[in-house]
Amino acid sequence: MEPLIRPDDIPYLPRGVRLQQDRVRGIRVLQAPERAMQLDAIGDAILSELDGRRSMAAITGDLAARYNAPSEQIAGDIRDFLTGLIERRMVFLKPLEIDAEDQP
Amino acid sequence: MKDLPTQPRDLDGNPVTPGLPMAMLAEITHRCPLACPYCSNPVELTRAAEELPAEDWARIFREAADLGVLQVHISGGEPGARRDLAQIVASARDAGLYVNLITSGIGITRARLEELDQAGVDHVQLSLQGIRPDMADRISGHPGSWDKKMGFAGWVAEIGFPLTINAVVHRQNMERLPDMIALAETLGARRIEVATVQFHGWADLNRKALMPTREQAVFARQVVNDARTRLRGKLVIDYVPADHHAVYPKACMGGWGSTGLNVGPDGSVLPCHAAGSITWMRFENARDRSLSDIWHLSESFNAFRGTEWMPEPCQSCDRKTLDFGGCRCQAMAIAGDARATDPVCSKSPLHAQVVARAEADAATDTTADTAELIYRRMKKTRELQG
Repeated sequence: MEPLIRPDDIPYLPRGVRLQQDRVRGIRVLQAPERAMQLDAIGDAILSELDGRRSMAAITGDLAARYNAPSEQIAGDIRDFLTGLIERRMVFLKPLEIDAEDQP
Repeated sequence: MKDLPTQPRDLDGNPVTPGLPMAMLAEITHRCPLACPYCSNPVELTRAAEELPAEDWARIFREAADLGVLQVHISGGEPGARRDLAQIVASARDAGLYVNLITSGIGITRARLEELDQAGVDHVQLSLQGIRPDMADRISGHPGSWDKKMGFAGWVAEIGFPLTINAVVHRQNMERLPDMIALAETLGARRIEVATVQFHGWADLNRKALMPTREQAVFARQVVNDARTRLRGKLVIDYVPADHHAVYPKACMGGWGSTGLNVGPDGSVLPCHAAGSITWMRFENARDRSLSDIWHLSESFNAFRGTEWMPEPCQSCDRKTLDFGGCRCQAMAIAGDARATDPVCSKSPLHAQVVARAEADAATDTTADTAELIYRRMKKTRELQG
């Protein structure tokens, strides 16, 4: 199957999808239309990086540096996790914007 | 008012261990401009005068959030029939709940939809009764419904709500399922729920007109499978198949009293929206008791928890923790016994009879133009008195 996500794509949580603390169960959840998904620490760490500005590649680099892990492995983990959420329309993608003007 | 038991026990007295609910269906009114002949509301509808005030809903939402509920589905009837809908929505958001609004789209103006946006609706689920005006208006019993729904869908997109299309399929429209999925795409929906009519209440009164044929059930399954592949990452398709044509029953509520609860317009709290059809069961009311007590200790919620209550062939079946013996209301309706194996299960002694009846209903000569439908309407006061 075609990969749904590429290094230049900027992943983000669209309207109607949000990270939340489940205060009763003491867990982190992703709330989405008709879905509430329990997150483990890795899932929470990945989704907390989605700021709508940084690309897959940039997020991979940041997490690899923070956790001192090989970036190929981190990239694979993020891609697999986000692909499942993209298929469920809980994560959206936008292309990296290239500045039209050459700024210093 | 009778005291609740002090320990959670099933209907045979076996100890059970309640979990925590994730979702609550809040049917805030039974009033509705539509008259769909498969409506999931009970045949005995609750009247406006018996509806809970908004302040009670606010308290119930806080109790639900404290109990572990994460999402509330605000539904009806048509929730827009309540003038204080925005206030009710805002109180659910204040309680920390994720708010799904389940609507027919009729009677909610653009200005009101903006008000609901401000109040904090997270997601809109719009029901469609057909893919063109003729079918939509005929099934909903509401002339002009199609045009109003298309207008509403446009406002949803403009405001930016995530949209789910809610499509109920049955013998009269199953061939149009590919068009319904295409329409959901056109409307910019993220999800479509394709649900085969469940034959409780109103739908059961219309079995002969609505029961799909076996060929239709096979066709719908194929359409859904193909569309899921084609629309991967574009449109999510949730599908409730025709269980009268299946080998095993559906997992009723993901297990009775396990993940969800339903609060009716008058505050009655049910393990599922159809549970009122189990006529011997006594239901508690959120006016009288806390949701937590009702969830953990009421006889109704504990009746079918766990697996000890199950008779054969469920008790020795390796699927008993997968489908929980199927739907209790269907067992009540067909076997006359709410604890029986769901008669749609191929292991039920009633299965052959169920299949024969479904096939006879499906073979009834009714077309979209001539089928007599019993529409879901509230009884007039005069009829009630007479």
